Amino acid sequence: MPKPIEVTLPSDREVRVVRSFNAPRQLVWDAHTKPALIQKWMLGPPGWSMPVCEMDVREGGAYRWRWRSDEDGKEFGFFGEFKHVNAPAKLVHAEHYDPADVGGAMDASEPAIITSEFVEANGVTTLTVTMMFASKEIRNGAVSTGMTDGMEMGYARLDEMFKGEAA
Amino acid sequence: MQNAETLDATFAALADPTRRAILARLATGEASVSELAEPFDMSQPAISKHLKVLERAGLISIGQDAQRRPRKLEITPLEEAVDWIERYREIWAANYERLDALLEELQAAPARRKRKKE
Repeated sequence: MPKPIEVTLPSDREVRVVRSFNAPRQLVWDAHTKPALIQKWMLGPPGWSMPVCEMDVREGGAYRWRWRSDEDGKEFGFFGEFKHVNAPAKLVHAEHYDPADVGGAMDASEPAIITSEFVEANGVTTLTVTMMFASKEIRNGAVSTGMTDGMEMGYARLDEMFKGEAA
Repeated sequence: MQNAETLDATFAALADPTRRAILARLATGEASVSELAEPFDMSQPAISKHLKVLERAGLISIGQDAQRRPRKLEITPLEEAVDWIERYREIWAANYERLDALLEELQAAPARRKRKKE
């Protein structure tokens, strides 16, 4: 059974996503740091592929991701550098949105800081991804354009609203 | 696609438990300010403040009756916000389900003891 994704908004500038996996931490880490593996799952919406995935996973190393629409060949992506690498526990990277030909205005001067933490207990690895944007406006800009940053927006709150309080 | 500012107003309005409860109440039918104030143990001015936030976000409007001025739910912004969220949630749910499958495959590959859990 698929596990639920937990999404919260810890602050005006942040989005946090938590998801657990039935796998040891090293494997989940590999799946997030080895391009050949990333390209198998981080594909986004149906009809998109990930033709570019370059990762130089060390402090100061660069990365570049691009997605392409099968339908019209349009692309967008993210790029940036790794700020902190502590395999297989913690990865921090600075992320810029690359609108390519999909578009979407976004202030590219200030990257988002993405912190991924991998914690294993009893063979289950819990991944916590915290995205810190330079400002609330950029966060909201990101969610209206970029794919990866779009998962935010307080599902927990909405869930509460639709389940708990409506009852 | 809805612009970020509108979404922001919608989500800011939804961030407060009292306002969500007001929306939940209005989901069952329109209500006057005093009817809305009743279950919350709040003054009418305090409730009115919340109603203004909801109105600005386009989540509620004022009904026909000039006397009662009932508030009613405007579902469109909410639906747009939920649709929008749902789309992105689906993308990541799908990504992570593919990752689940990949992790399972990787664990099965090296002829190791099976450590699958259901």
